[in-house]
Amino acid sequence: MTIRVVLAAAALVVTGGVAAAEAMKMAVTTSFHNSGLADVLLPEIKADLGLEVHLLVVGTGQAIRLGEAGDVDAILVHSKKAEDAFVAGGFGTHRTEIMYNDFVLIGPMEDPAKIAGARSAAEALGAIAAAESQFVSRGDDSGTHKKELSLWAVSGEVERDVSWYREVGAGMGAALNTASGMNAYIMSDRASWLKFGNKGDLALLFAGDPVLFNQYAYLPVNADKHGHVRAGWAAKLEAWLVSARAKELIDGYQMNGEQLFTFNAK
Amino acid sequence: MNEIVEGLLKAGQLILSLDADLIEISLRSLRVTLTAVLISSVIGLPLGCWLAVRRFRFRRFVIATLNALMGLPPVVVGLIVYILLSRSGPFGVFGLLFTPTAMIIAQVIILTPLIASISHQAIRDLWAEYHDLLISLNTTRRQRIATLLWDGRRALLTAALAGFGRGIGEVGAIMIVGGNIDHATRVLTTAISLETGKGNFALALALGFVLIGLAVAVNLIIHSLSRTERSGRW
Repeated sequence: MTIRVVLAAAALVVTGGVAAAEAMKMAVTTSFHNSGLADVLLPEIKADLGLEVHLLVVGTGQAIRLGEAGDVDAILVHSKKAEDAFVAGGFGTHRTEIMYNDFVLIGPMEDPAKIAGARSAAEALGAIAAAESQFVSRGDDSGTHKKELSLWAVSGEVERDVSWYREVGAGMGAALNTASGMNAYIMSDRASWLKFGNKGDLALLFAGDPVLFNQYAYLPVNADKHGHVRAGWAAKLEAWLVSARAKELIDGYQMNGEQLFTFNAK
Repeated sequence: MNEIVEGLLKAGQLILSLDADLIEISLRSLRVTLTAVLISSVIGLPLGCWLAVRRFRFRRFVIATLNALMGLPPVVVGLIVYILLSRSGPFGVFGLLFTPTAMIIAQVIILTPLIASISHQAIRDLWAEYHDLLISLNTTRRQRIATLLWDGRRALLTAALAGFGRGIGEVGAIMIVGGNIDHATRVLTTAISLETGKGNFALALALGFVLIGLAVAVNLIIHSLSRTERSGRW
């Protein structure tokens, strides 16, 4: 009795069910996952292809590292520069554009820096810098972070070592939580913002500048570099992602009556 | 404050409706941590006992190191295991990264020093008591360790449960080596972290309450099965 029963019970739990199906691993960005689009697409992919896609939800920087190390079979990210370097380095076979969504500027409802009336994203950021309003940055080398840095460069505000600029080094959700707590400005993708449940006194203040468009691309990992990669499945998934079926699902995906993604695969 | 009440209600709702996802991730949490505790106990309990019985030159140093390793930062363990198991790392050929096995490996590394250390403390006192008897019976070292392990089993159970407590609530290491993949490596703690990131505090809290309930339930079950703390017995 006694200890033996405990061990037996433990062994029962330990050996319990391991599922095995056709599966591939894909690294995607937090912004894609937070949008909820994955929950729509994955069941359809499973139904159409019989393929289970395991998502690793990380920032673009880490997604690319995972692809380089061969730990995933494909990546779906949004930072063209890093993607081109990934393909140039021979880690991915090619880059296929799938769809885009857009970034928006979020801030305190009363808008102390008056960015709501800005004519461009760069001008809005310039106004935040001029007013020295608190601004939360992802600071995690993700696609969103890289986009934000490029916009600051355009606005002419390159000094990052200032007290009002807060780098949190976290995912979109965690960064939004921080901005909500500090009542600060932040740049977010539209989907993450709409789905975010802890808005507090924050509001969407600026959107629509074409530079804020955010292109997602699919990059299969190069099987020449990593022999174990499921290149066949990665190719099938790519064919599905650029199909009319995917277009219908992606364009038809709405949240609060707003279309979040625009399919633009050629 | 409202959110805590909301979280409690949501937790009750999830449990009563036998939510399929909740059951799946709870079972995976249990499977990963119980396996890790089992393996860590098999290594840690005899190791702790051996350290109590055996006298050798660097004993004090080894014990101090073991005690220090009880505070091993999970996130660092996760990162090291991640690098080792990555396809580009030395053990990449096994393809273990982002599987429950990787999570178990990381937890074994975190839990073994803890279990060994606590069992060493417990056995040391017992050894002081048994020392003369076991020596005079002319037992071998193996026999002494077996006797001490058996007679100290209740204290050792505490060591294993402490390991369980640390493992079931751990998020840093398993997030890195498991990747929090839905239906593959998502467990309660990583799901809580995910829902917090989405700002879904009520759901995150609900999962938190389920996690606490699970930890309490496992402890109660093990205690009642092993009949500790019963009347007339200390």
